[in-house]
Parts: sequence; C-alpha cells; structure tokens
Amino acid sequence: MRRYSGFALVREAMRGHKGWGQQWSSPEPKKEYDVIIVGAGGHGLATAYYLAKEHGITNIAVLEKGWLGGGNTGRNTTIIRSNYLYDESAGLYDHAVKLWENLSQDLNYNVMYSPRGVMMLAHNVHDVQVFKRHIHANRLNGVDNEWLTPEAAKEYCPPLNISQSARYPVMGAALQRRGGTARHDAVAWGYARAASDRGVHVIQNCEVTGVRRGGNGQVTGVETSRGFIGAKKVGVVAAGHTSVIMEMADVRMPLESFPLQALVSEPVKPCFPCVVMSNTVHAYISQSDKGELVIGAGTDQYTSYSQTGGLHIIQHTLDAICEMFPMFTRMKMLRSWGGIVDVTPDRSPIIAKTPVSGLYVNCGWGTGGFKATPGSGHVFAHTIANDNPHRINTAYTIERFNSGRLIDEAAAAAVAH
Amino acid sequence: MIIKCPHCGPRDLAEFSYHGDATLTRPDPASTDRDAWNAYVYDRTNPAGDHREYWQHSGGCRRHVVVSRNTLTHAITDVRFAGERK
Ligand SMILES: Cc1cc2nc3c(=O)[nH]c(=O)nc-3n(C[C@H](O)[C@H](O)[C@H](O)COP(=O)(O)OP(=O)(O)OC[C@H]3O[C@@H](n4cnc5c(N)ncnc54)[C@H](O)[C@@H]3O)c2cc1C
Ligand SMILES: [Zn+2]
Repeated sequence: MRRYSGFALVREAMRGHKGWGQQWSSPEPKKEYDVIIVGAGGHGLATAYYLAKEHGITNIAVLEKGWLGGGNTGRNTTIIRSNYLYDESAGLYDHAVKLWENLSQDLNYNVMYSPRGVMMLAHNVHDVQVFKRHIHANRLNGVDNEWLTPEAAKEYCPPLNISQSARYPVMGAALQRRGGTARHDAVAWGYARAASDRGVHVIQNCEVTGVRRGGNGQVTGVETSRGFIGAKKVGVVAAGHTSVIMEMADVRMPLESFPLQALVSEPVKPCFPCVVMSNTVHAYISQSDKGELVIGAGTDQYTSYSQTGGLHIIQHTLDAICEMFPMFTRMKMLRSWGGIVDVTPDRSPIIAKTPVSGLYVNCGWGTGGFKATPGSGHVFAHTIANDNPHRINTAYTIERFNSGRLIDEAAAAAVAH
Repeated sequence: MIIKCPHCGPRDLAEFSYHGDATLTRPDPASTDRDAWNAYVYDRTNPAGDHREYWQHSGGCRRHVVVSRNTLTHAITDVRFAGERK
C-alpha cells in the first residue's frame, strides 16, 4: 500500500497525480474463506480490518450487494458521542470514541474526525432531569458530559435562539466536548483500503441470497449472486437488511426496519461551530467541512425497506430548525434521502454469537451506529475470532430479550439518537 | 400514502397511527412459557415485501384496521377491520 503523507501529496502534485493507484483491489471471489462478512458498511469493513490486524485472520471476504459504504454508512449525519446512560453503553460507545481519536493515523487515511462538541438541548423539565441524570451517570463512568445554562449554550453556539418566547424554549443543554463528527465516506474507504492492504477481499456487487448449513447445522458458506462461496464463519453486518439475511439461516431477530431521513442545504461559509441535537423536537444539525448544513430527522412510524421516508417528517424537522436557528429560515435545501435502520426493542445493538454455530451477527444499531463504527468492528472481530464476546460486548446478546437483561437506552432517551 | 379505511374511505397517512405487526398470535394469557412470550413480544419477521400490520384511524373513526402493505413499494392491497377474518 502506498502510504499517504504530505510528502506524497507534493510528489503527486508535481507528477500530475498519476501515481496514486487503486485504494483497494477488486478480486474475484475465491471458493472458500475462513471468514465471510456480509455487508461492506463501516461496521463490516472495520470488523474485517480488526480481524486481520489484531487476530491475524486475513483469509476474509467482505461481500456487498451494492457499492461499499452505500448503506447507512454513506447516508448518516455522522454525529459521534458516547454520553449514553447505562454502564454497558458507556463502555461500548466510549471504546469507539477512543478509537476515533487515533483512527486517521491508524488507517493512514484522513477520516476527518472533528471533536467540535455535541450539544443536546433540553426544552422541558423532563429533558432537564433526564440530561442531568445522564451527566451524573456519565461522570461515574469517566465519560465527559456537562450541563450548560441557556446563556452558556448560546455562548458555545451563537446561532442558537434562547428566547423564552420560542416555540420550544431552551432550558439548558448537555455538552459532550469530545463528541463531534467524521467524514462518513472516508471511514468506509479508509477501512476498505487498510483491510485490502492486509489481504482482505472486498467484493462489491455480490448479494448474499442464502446461508448454507452442513449436517450438524454449522454454517458452511453463503449463496450469492456470484455463486456459492464457502466459509468457516459468517458475520452478518447488514443494518436494515439483517432480518432478511438471518431468516435465510432460520434465525428470527428482535428487529424492525424503519426509514430514517437526512438532508443537506446549499453550502455556505462556516457559520455553525458544533453539533446540536434536540431529541424533543427531532432535529439534529451540524455544518460539514464543505459548508452544507447537515440535518437529521426522525424515523417514519411504519416499517419499510424503501429507502425513502415521508415528506411530513422532514418538514417537521425543518420547522424545528427554523425555530431554534432563525438565521437559517431562508436557506435552500439541496438534497434529502433515507436509509433503512434496524431497530431493537431496547434501542441497543446486538453484537453476538447466534443459535447457529459459525454464524455471528452485528446489528440493531438503529438510528445511531455510525459513532460506534470502530468500537463495533473491534469487539465483533474479537467475538468472531475467539467464538466468544469481548468484555465490552458480553451484554449485547440476542438472548437478553428472553432473560430480561435489557440495555434500555430506549427508555433512557425515548427518541432516536 | 393513502389508506382506505373501511369505514371512512381513502384518507391520508397523517390520520393513522401505526400499531405494528399483525401476523403474531398472542400466547394463552395463562401461559408461563418464556420462549413463547419472548417470540411474541420481541421477535419479528420484519419482511422486505408483503406484510400485515395494525393501524388505527386515530384521526378519524378510531377503528383499528389490518393493512396488507408491501414494505418495499408501500403498495396497499387490502384494508379490513381488525378482528375480521383474513
Ligand atoms: C439518515 C440517517 C442518519 C443517521 N445519523 C446518524 C448519526 O448522526 N450518528 C450515528 O452514530 N449514526 C447515525 N445513523 C445510523 C448509522 O448510519 C448506522 O447505524 C451505521 O452506519 C450502520 O453501519 P453498518 O455498517 O452496520 O450498516 P450499513 O452501512 O448500512 O452497511 C450494511 C451493508 O450491508 C449491505 N447488504 C445488505 N443486504 C445485503 C446482502 N443480502 N448481501 C450483501 N450485502 C448486503 C448493504 O448494501 C450495506 O452496504 C444514521 C442513519 C441514517 C439512515
Ligand atoms: Zn376510519
């Protein structure tokens, strides 16, 4: 792999940028692999990378039905934070934030991780109480999160309207300074390049259509649009399509798939310094380095695989954005799109072994899994390599719904996050 | 999306609330079979394709209906009052 550096940039600038080469190879599928990962989103690619880097398993294929990063990884609003309520969540999401901090160096790829602060607005007494409870719980877990008065919130984010006559007055905010954003495409590309460099086959336009099992029930490989490919172990990391693939192995999942939408404005000069989230009014906003406002909305109420959501959902979000940031009322929106998110009953992911020997699943990230990409891949690789979970994901089983040991971030936040 | 309520006729999506999967059968309330309850409360087929689901015409007659809808295209092929035999 040709390393990227300031020196390489200068050298290529002198040579008309003719020497960059392919970032990853596109090999033909082999007959068999040690591990097949289904889904080349950030989580699947990260899993392959850490399997190769930390567990010495390099005979891996990552199979993707479309193009890599074309799922939710390339559709999300890239908010990164770790100020979740429960100990299990703090463990998992903060593990990810720690990996984000050094990810560009680790991958030799600029993922543009930008810890510009994530501010969550409180609009009513319930919000205030819930956020303060989060702040205390986070501090016990060593996760930074602090309470801001409305004035302090405005100082941190000057465009914010803190007028008490606003439709949803701001009663304060919780701020995680280590939170921020990263460039979603670069995350997928960076992991793909680094995994490919270690011998991993990233195979695009290869849809998994069946899971083949041997006499003892053990997984033996997958049927694909490019024929059968054998594997000793299969890890399913297919976000909104997980139920469909797990069904091929006769495993019913505690998941439902919903459309979640986002939109971007025309690009403008830098004007918005941080990430602001308002769970109560369902609006999330930041400004990308290109200058677009990146705005996230809520999910539709019904299940869908259509990758389009209802117009009324984004209208509602834009109403809220205009209330909170009056200076944006005349901005033009350029594009909107949807992704299909897989939601568990307790809004926490599943990163686990399954009832089928050799089959592993990493799913249920719902509306908030981008932030966890490095941590998720890291502990899932451990789970596959050792046929046993990492300390950090022990609680994230499918069986927790049966035993009642939920990780109930649903009740903790009661909204998309 | 337009849902054709059997009582009120075709009405906009905004008048309805979604109440989830209508293909599940509730275990006998006296049952203490944990796996059966787990399957009923949590596990879902979550199909990409034809689905039957409960909606309520909450902004209209308030009746509960069972809608047959394709989750890939959102095409609705059947709407009937909940409780009516399919
Ligand atoms: C609009 C929107 C906004 C969001 N905002 C945020 C946010 O601000 N912060 C945050 O943390 N999270 C956010 N999320 C959630 C986040 O995007 C996801 O949790 C995360 O990206 C999931 O990554 P993944 O790699 O698991 O899934 P994906 O990137 O969806 O990858 C799964 C891949 O599997 C492939 N696949 C599916 N079926 C098959 C098959 N049969 N064969 C082969 N391949 C298959 C798909 O094509 C896809 O590429 C948002 C999501 C959306 C849709
Ligand atoms: Zn009606």
